[in-house]
Amino acid sequence: MADKPSAAELKEFGDAADAWFKENTVRDPGFMLPLTFMEVSTDQQFDFLRDWQRKVYEAGFLGASWPKEYGGGGMHSEFQRVATRAMKKYDAPIMLNAIGNGWAGPLILDLGSEEQKQTYIKGMLNAEDIWCQGFSEPEHGSDLGNAQLKAVRDGDEYVLNGSKIWTSLGDRAKYMILLARTDFEAENKYKGLSFFLNPMKIDGISTSRIKKLTGEYGFVQTFFTDARISADCLFGGEGNGWSMAMKTLEYERGAKVKPVGGYFVKELDVMQIVELAKNSMRNGKPLLDDPVMRDKMTQYMIDIQALNLNNTRRRMPQLMQDKPMGLPLMNKLARTELIRELTEFSLGFQGTKAGYYVGDENAVDDGYWHRSYLNSFSATIGGGTSEIQRNIVAEHALGLPKTR
Amino acid sequence: MDNLGNIGTTEEQIELMDVATNFCRDKSPMDKVRALIDDDLGYDPDVWKEIAELGWLAIAIPETHDGVGLSMAEVVPIAEQMGRNLMSTPFATTTLAAQALLAGGSEAQQADWLPKIAAGSAATLALAEDNGDWDLSNITCSGKQDGDSLSLSGKKQLVRWADSAELIIASVNVDGDVRFALIERSALGEGALRRESIIDETARSFELTLDGITVSADALFDASRTRETIEKIELAAGLIHAAEMCGGSQAVIDYTLEYLKTRKQFDKIIGSFQALKHPTVDNYVEYEKARTHLYSAAYSWGEQGRGEVAVRMAAAQAHSSYSRAADRSIQFHGGFGFTHDCDAQLHRRKAIFDGALIGDAAYQRSKLAGLLFD
Repeated sequence: MADKPSAAELKEFGDAADAWFKENTVRDPGFMLPLTFMEVSTDQQFDFLRDWQRKVYEAGFLGASWPKEYGGGGMHSEFQRVATRAMKKYDAPIMLNAIGNGWAGPLILDLGSEEQKQTYIKGMLNAEDIWCQGFSEPEHGSDLGNAQLKAVRDGDEYVLNGSKIWTSLGDRAKYMILLARTDFEAENKYKGLSFFLNPMKIDGISTSRIKKLTGEYGFVQTFFTDARISADCLFGGEGNGWSMAMKTLEYERGAKVKPVGGYFVKELDVMQIVELAKNSMRNGKPLLDDPVMRDKMTQYMIDIQALNLNNTRRRMPQLMQDKPMGLPLMNKLARTELIRELTEFSLGFQGTKAGYYVGDENAVDDGYWHRSYLNSFSATIGGGTSEIQRNIVAEHALGLPKTR
Repeated sequence: MDNLGNIGTTEEQIELMDVATNFCRDKSPMDKVRALIDDDLGYDPDVWKEIAELGWLAIAIPETHDGVGLSMAEVVPIAEQMGRNLMSTPFATTTLAAQALLAGGSEAQQADWLPKIAAGSAATLALAEDNGDWDLSNITCSGKQDGDSLSLSGKKQLVRWADSAELIIASVNVDGDVRFALIERSALGEGALRRESIIDETARSFELTLDGITVSADALFDASRTRETIEKIELAAGLIHAAEMCGGSQAVIDYTLEYLKTRKQFDKIIGSFQALKHPTVDNYVEYEKARTHLYSAAYSWGEQGRGEVAVRMAAAQAHSSYSRAADRSIQFHGGFGFTHDCDAQLHRRKAIFDGALIGDAAYQRSKLAGLLFD
């Protein structure tokens, strides 16, 4: 790993990133930009974001701290951090290839063979190869360990049968990280699972788009019908699927593999909510003169500020004593639930206008708040529901026994 | 919104955190907390001596007055651990009296009292009155100047640890202005203090009858510094009680977890039931938020604007999370939770008391709203 950079080196890099994002960031391409990688609905949106990621990568502001020999920048992780900060500062669009860069990439860098690193890393950084994730199944959402998609070994190949669901970018992806059952007689459900780096554009794999509650698209259901993949696609060995899947979650914290940088989900700019509240009326007076709305908004400000500061506190071990896993594990639960509550709260500011939706000229902010509220459920349900998150915090941070 | 603070630490804070964690745990085990409930004084004088010897009363006092020369930020880790272990002493009131002196006292008053406080003399504040208002300027107690002396009248309430205090700083109206008067213990006549029955049985509090007490006219803080003094008292009290409540939240959550991990019903450890598990996680999340705000308030201490927002956020979040965690702890202990023997009630009562002293979560939010939105 590269040496820790000096303040001057960091500043120089940060200034360059700043200048680049100032110059190159497009905030309004003339159509609605997705706030998360799960919301990429149209070709226009997809092409724009793929292009954007490639540009950022080529400028050296994505994957700056990933190894040079596989397409990264080979620099210290502090450089990537200042680049990401510049991205945020100019409110730049999201990085599209979330599953590739955030999940598959770190796993391959950590445990993959030399050949796998050579094959996959660069293409995910420049967004040439889009990745998707095949964990959830129609009958097994929260109970991931019970996944039933069948992978049967046949010579040098595996034959896949079954279905995966909630596959973001599934119809556009070249690869899928896939959790499949290779052993139906294993002593427990977890041990029967294996993990694959699965090619999507092959015979026997088809996708069907799912219309979301917002009215947009973004997810697909993926069907596997006697799809044949090379046995080389197996990752981590037969029977180790569950531990591989769990590992992909660990990388989010960036402890083992340096974070790729950027963001795949745009944080709601909560100050926008304050602006909306300030510009709203209730009974002929400013909304924030209403004592109930005022108190609620204040509580939300307390919540927002706490979660923002938690991101800093998480990097300070001295302030994390007692239950060190607590803060990292609770983050998803606390953040996604807060955003759901806040966006719901914002609808109440709008009075009669709360009745409008995206597409009507009378809608407040083009329906942004309604869309954000409805989309917020993708985060409170996806990636482990809030209820599952509470079990995780309870069991892994607080030491409570498992729920059976 | 540029009045939102940041988070960070000082080396001294971390050192004090480690020392205070061990000290408070060792010196304030639960059987001792319980025994002190029935003790007249309400704390162990030997422990108080040790606290003074450790220099903890001198932390936020400048070196020129024999202090350590740090700030309230470094008091936070100590108050947090005291709250965690329900270690009740005049530490908070003494620290607050020193802060009041620093904000409003003349050089002579500071030189007179700060070295004594730094060396271990207990002190307290007499602010609350019968109207129950958290607004420190809404008072009717008064001081009538007569030549070189000032005769006081009225009643002050919730004067904590007044029987131990060598100095009481009381707010009184003098010619229509709020002023602060230094009252030495020797000025208190027989019967000036009546011990109050308060919700927090680990603390001691007194009603102070000012009638008949006369102090020298130069025992007043200068009128021009009243506003500053009130602000300093409010913020320092907000910070120190937020710290105590954070520590208390941590303790009551741990206490609940211990029960959830050991108690069996229907042949199962009750902590495996989601009806108990999930709200416990929610309470834990609220506590961690409070702790984050606390460290941010410590870090932002003294910053114009940011300091007050951070303290009030910390106080609001600490009060609501402590209240809720202790309330649910009573409930989750079932029948045992309804008994005096269950420690959950000690915390529940302390949360109520702390809220009463500095203003509860809703009050803190109403103050915050003005700072954030107006």
